[in-house]
Amino acid sequence: MADGLINAQADDDPFIVAGRTFTSRLIVGTGKYRDYAENAAAAEAAGAEIVTVAVRRVNLSNPNEPMLVDYLKPHRFTFLPNTSGCFTGEDAVRTLRLAREAGGWSLVKLEVLSDPETLYPDMVETLRALEMLVADGFEVMVYCSDDPVMARRLERAGAAAIMPLGAPIGSGLGVQNPLNIRLIAEQARVPVLVDAGVGTASDAALAMELGCDGVLCNTAIAEAANPLMMARAMKHAVQAGRDAFRAGRMPQRTYGTASSPREGVIRPDGNMPNSNN
Amino acid sequence: MNDASRKTNPPAAPNELTITVNGEATALPRAVSIRGVLEHLGLAEGKVAVERNREIVPRSQFDEMFVENGDALEIVRFVGGG
Repeated sequence: MADGLINAQADDDPFIVAGRTFTSRLIVGTGKYRDYAENAAAAEAAGAEIVTVAVRRVNLSNPNEPMLVDYLKPHRFTFLPNTSGCFTGEDAVRTLRLAREAGGWSLVKLEVLSDPETLYPDMVETLRALEMLVADGFEVMVYCSDDPVMARRLERAGAAAIMPLGAPIGSGLGVQNPLNIRLIAEQARVPVLVDAGVGTASDAALAMELGCDGVLCNTAIAEAANPLMMARAMKHAVQAGRDAFRAGRMPQRTYGTASSPREGVIRPDGNMPNSNN
Repeated sequence: MNDASRKTNPPAAPNELTITVNGEATALPRAVSIRGVLEHLGLAEGKVAVERNREIVPRSQFDEMFVENGDALEIVRFVGGG
């Protein structure tokens, strides 16, 4: 019984996105690390099975520079190519067609940013890009605002996963609008992952407790003083948050409720005093 | 696809051609295949994707597709990102 419960997470609660089955619910980014070796070690420590990657021009002046794929092996991790740096649907489609040719897979992360200060997504352009990518055969996990109405539109347009921001990219501010994240998670029939804003383990746990299917984080691990330890903390936080969500939390009350019996205390009448006494 | 982004063909010396790779003018001693361009640049073909004049070049066509004077290539690879 106890063993069954302990192992339940891996066995009967898989994370399924676009028909692919995973055990880990934590997706990690591959940016901002000191080097690819540290990056690979952090991804392992996080227990991640999916890593995001960017698509960029090769450096012609140094064709022998270290390559990501030499450290994060495509047979070990599912690569999730992103569209960072794309500001239009056409840019996103062009970038991901190249990614598909480089990697041979169609599961991708769409992010169309607008404002350079907040890095907020441009949702009108994101929806347009999503429609173009779905028509081109991509399976698209969509970085988006935390608007439940827009999330529903993305799902109707064929998104493989909805990935609302908890807070601006790289801010580490945690889930700023738990109400909206919960609404999005409750209504969606595709996986919902908080992408962006996670700063520390409790942020990831909260996202999972709100009912999210997973968490995507990069900076929180990469910029920690000890990235490997933070990667491990994130792994535990996502698992703990998931278990807490599935366990069904107790109701919240305004006043105290004693956990020990009120009767049989060592007093002349054997009872605890009432609050009126 | 988008003609506005195409560069006009630069003049080429005899037997030599000039193409644009990732926005940089690159001289080639002769007409070569896509694989030949990658070898000329010292790039491992297994780790990159190539776009020629805004069209994806499937890996299976790296040998048979030859570049022409004035072609614009984009050669990309995966890098770290969030």
